[in-house]
Amino acid sequence: MTKEQADNGRDDMVIDGPGQANAVPDEFNANYLRIYYGKLFPHADMFKWMSYGNDGKHPGCDKSYFGRREFSFTLENDIYIRFQSFNSVTELENSIKEKCPFKIDIGPVYSVDPAKRHAYAQSGDNVFTPVERELVFDIDISDYDDVRYCCTGADVCLECWPLMTIAIKVIDTSLRDDFGFNHILWVYSGRRGVHCWVCDGKARRLTNEQRAAIADYFYVYKGNENSHKKISLPGLVLYPFLARSYTEVLKGFFEAKLLPNQNLLASEERYEKILEMIPDASVASELRRRWQENKRASMSKDDINIVRWEQLKSILQSGKQKMQGLRRCVEEIVFSYTYPRLDMEVSKHMNHLLKAPFCVHPKTGRVCVPIDPNNCDEFDPTTVPTLSQLLEELNRGGPRQDAENEWDRTSLGESVTIFRTSFLQPLLKSCKEEIENSYNAKLQQSKNALSW
Amino acid sequence: MEVVQSQRKSSSNNVIVSILPLYRSAPPLEVRLEDFEFFAIDRLRVLKGLSDGLCRGKKPEEMEKLVLDLWKANMRHPQAVEEVNKDIISHFVLRLVYCRTEELRKWFLSMETTLFRHRFRWGSSEAQRALMSEFKLPYKAVSNAEFESLKDKLGQVARSMGQTLAAADAIFYKVPFEEVPDLVAGRRVFIHKGHAYVAINQVVSLVVTQFRSYLSKALILTNRKWTSTIREQEKDRLTPIVEALCTSYLGPDYSQQQEFGEISIKDIDQVAKTSFPLCMRHLFEKVKEDHHLKHGGRMQLGLFLKGVGLKLDDALAFWKAEFAPKVSAERFDKEYAYNIRHNYGREGKRTDYTPYSCQKIISVTPGIGDHHGCPYRHFSEENLRAALVRMGVSSRAVEDVMDKVHNRHYQLACTLTFEAVHGSSCDAGINHPNQYFIDSQRVLQSKNGSVA
Repeated sequence: MTKEQADNGRDDMVIDGPGQANAVPDEFNANYLRIYYGKLFPHADMFKWMSYGNDGKHPGCDKSYFGRREFSFTLENDIYIRFQSFNSVTELENSIKEKCPFKIDIGPVYSVDPAKRHAYAQSGDNVFTPVERELVFDIDISDYDDVRYCCTGADVCLECWPLMTIAIKVIDTSLRDDFGFNHILWVYSGRRGVHCWVCDGKARRLTNEQRAAIADYFYVYKGNENSHKKISLPGLVLYPFLARSYTEVLKGFFEAKLLPNQNLLASEERYEKILEMIPDASVASELRRRWQENKRASMSKDDINIVRWEQLKSILQSGKQKMQGLRRCVEEIVFSYTYPRLDMEVSKHMNHLLKAPFCVHPKTGRVCVPIDPNNCDEFDPTTVPTLSQLLEELNRGGPRQDAENEWDRTSLGESVTIFRTSFLQPLLKSCKEEIENSYNAKLQQSKNALSW
Repeated sequence: MEVVQSQRKSSSNNVIVSILPLYRSAPPLEVRLEDFEFFAIDRLRVLKGLSDGLCRGKKPEEMEKLVLDLWKANMRHPQAVEEVNKDIISHFVLRLVYCRTEELRKWFLSMETTLFRHRFRWGSSEAQRALMSEFKLPYKAVSNAEFESLKDKLGQVARSMGQTLAAADAIFYKVPFEEVPDLVAGRRVFIHKGHAYVAINQVVSLVVTQFRSYLSKALILTNRKWTSTIREQEKDRLTPIVEALCTSYLGPDYSQQQEFGEISIKDIDQVAKTSFPLCMRHLFEKVKEDHHLKHGGRMQLGLFLKGVGLKLDDALAFWKAEFAPKVSAERFDKEYAYNIRHNYGREGKRTDYTPYSCQKIISVTPGIGDHHGCPYRHFSEENLRAALVRMGVSSRAVEDVMDKVHNRHYQLACTLTFEAVHGSSCDAGINHPNQYFIDSQRVLQSKNGSVA
C-alpha cells in the first residue's frame, strides 16, 4: 500500500476527458481522505443520528446532548486524540475536514461536555461519567480462523464471509425478537468483520452490568482446556433462542454451504477435528474406520462432505445412543463451527470506543458501509467501494454546481440511502415521539404538583 | 415497623396473612427485659434447628416441614400482633448477639436468609407481591391467557435447564429483562420483546438475594454500633445477656480442650490411626511421608492437633522431628517455629486461633502440592475409595459414602465413614474435625474402658 504519492496539485484531481485519465491510483492517503471528507462523508446524517432528535426544535429537546458525546480521532502517524466534542454539525464537519482523521471513533455521551471534564471529579457528587451509549457488538472473522481454511487472519473471501452473514442473522433476530430492540445498525468494519449499533433509548441507557448480561446471553462456550469440544449444550432441549438459531440459520448454512465449501470432512486432518468433538470414542472410531476405507472412492456423485455428514448424523442421532454427552452432539458441532463469536469486552463497557460508520479503512481503502440485515445475504465485502474508486467516480461526473449529495454520483449513494431509510429515519421518528412524550409527562407532573 | 399495628387493623376479613417483616429498622417498641432474653432464645431454637437440619442434608420438602414446625413450636402466638412483635424483637436482639465476629455473622446471615426463604415461599401470592413491591421489584403477574400462549416456550426453557414445568411453577412474573441480568446472562428465563418471564422460584431467589444483601450490610453496621456505643452503655443491663446468649448456644469451637486434657507426642501416632478424620489422617500420613507440608496443610493439621490437646512444646517437637530429614534444626527455628507459636497465641496479636470447622475446610481449594482441604470433596473417586478402604471401611459402606460424595454432601460422607469405622451411629453429624476426634475417643473409651 505504500506507493509513491504524486505531488502535483492534489486539489486538482479533475482532468478533462473520460476514461483512463480519470483513473485514481488505488491507495489510501491523506489527500484522498481530504476530498472524501470534503465531498462524500455524510456529516449531516451522522450529526442527526448522534443527536437522537435533540435538534432544538421541540421545547423538550436537550440542547447539550450532542455536545456531551465523545469522539476520538486517529490522525496520520498514529496520533490519537480523545475527548473531542462538538456543539453543532458545523463544528463537527469543520473539525473533521481540518484534522482529516484516518479513523473516527464514537464514544459515550457523558454527564458533561468532555471538554470540561477536568473540572469534574471521578467520584462523589459532581461526576464526569458516561450516561448513555449505544449497545454495540463487534464480530471479527479472524476469530473464526480455526474453522475456515480458505483464508486466515485479515483476509476475507466469498467462501468465508457468509460466517459473518449468519452471525448478523442470529444476533439481529435475537436483538429484535428476544430483547425488543428496534433501531439496529449493522456496519461493515472495512476489512474483516461487522459492527452492530443498537440505538434504542433503552439500549443506550443500559448499565455495564446489563450489557454484560446481554453479552453473556449470546455467549455459548464451555471453556474447559481439557476438552476438545468448545461448545457444550447440556439440557434435554435447547434454549429457545439457540433452538431457533439452529433450525432457522445455522443448520442450513452449515450443511449446505460451510461443510462443502470448506471441505470439512474431506481430509483426515479436517475430519479429525470434528471426530474429536464426539465424546464417545467408539462412535468416533467407527466413523474414522469408515472414512479411512473410503479415502479415494466416492460412492456417489454427491459431495463427499455431505455424504460423511449424513453418516455421522445417522449414527449420533439414532435411537441407540443413550450416552448423555451424545444427545446434542450434532448441534454442538454445528454451533462450534457457525455460532457467532462476539468480542465480549467491546459490548460490556459503556466507555468502549467504536469506529464510526462511513470511515475508510486505512489498510483496505474500503468504506465502512451499512449492511441491511434484511438483505445481508447479498452483501459482498469484495465489492464495497474503496476510497480511490469513489474519487474516480466523482471525477467521471465532472464538476457540479450543487455541492450537496455528491455521494449520489457514486457507489456510496446506495449506502447513504440504506442508512437513511432503514435506520436513521425510523430512529429519528421514534426519538421525536420519545422526547414529546417525556416532555408532556413532565408537564403533567408539574401540573399535578401545582394542583390543589 | 411501627406500621405493624395499623396493618393488622386494616387487613381484610379473611385468613390471617402472615406478615413477613423485612427488619429494615429497629422497632420503637417497649420490651420487657425478660422478653428481651426469652424471645431471643426462642428464635435461636428455630435457627439452630434449621442449622442442624441443613447439616444433616435434609431434602427440601423435609426442610419446609421442619421450618414450619420449628416456627410453630417457638414463635407462634394466638394474637398476630404479638407474633409479629416477637418476630421482630427477637431478630434484632440476635443481631446484637451475632454481629460481633465474622463467623457469627456468617452463620446468622445464612440461617436468617434460609428462614426468610421458607417463610416467603409459604406466604400467599398477595403477601409475596406485597413484599416484592417493598423491595421495589417491578414484577407483574402473568395472566392465564398469556401463560397459555407461552407455555411451550416456558417449558422449553425449563427443560433446557434440566427442569420441568411443574404445576406449582405455573406462576410466572413478567419484568423488563434488564431487571434480572443474572437470569438473562445464564439463559434461565424466557425473554420476548424485552420482557423476561420469571418463574416463582426464581423470584424467591431474587427477593432472598435482596434480603441477604441488606442484612449483611446491616450486620456490619450493628457491629460498629455495638463496639462503639451499645456495649459500654448497656454493660449493666443488656450486654451480659447478649454475651451469654452467644456462648451458650453456638456449638463449641474447640479452642479449649475439654474432656481429654492433653495428648502427648507419643500418643499421636496411635490416635491418628483410630480417631482422626480422613482429612487429618491424610495430612498426617503426608507429613510422615514427605517430611514436609505446605502452609495450608500445616495450618489445618496444626490447629487440629492443638484442639486435640497437643501442647505447644510438644507441637514444636513434633513438627521439628517430622521435618528433620529435610529441614535443619536452625532453619526450622527460623522459618517454622514462629508460625506454630503464632497459632498458639504466643506471638503477634496473640489471637488464640481456633481449629478449622468442616465448613471452612470444605471451602478451601488446595493447589498443586497441597494436601489440605476436605478429601471427600477434593480427592478423585479412585483415591478416595482407596483411602476409605485403608481406613477399614467395608465395601458396602464405601458405596454409601461415595453416594453422598456424588451428591456433594461431604460432611454426611464423613459421618458415614465415622459410623462405619466405629460401628456406632453419629446422630449429630460431623461438623468439625475435632468433634470427630472427641466422639471417636468417646466411643473407643466406652468400648475399651480407657483412653486410646
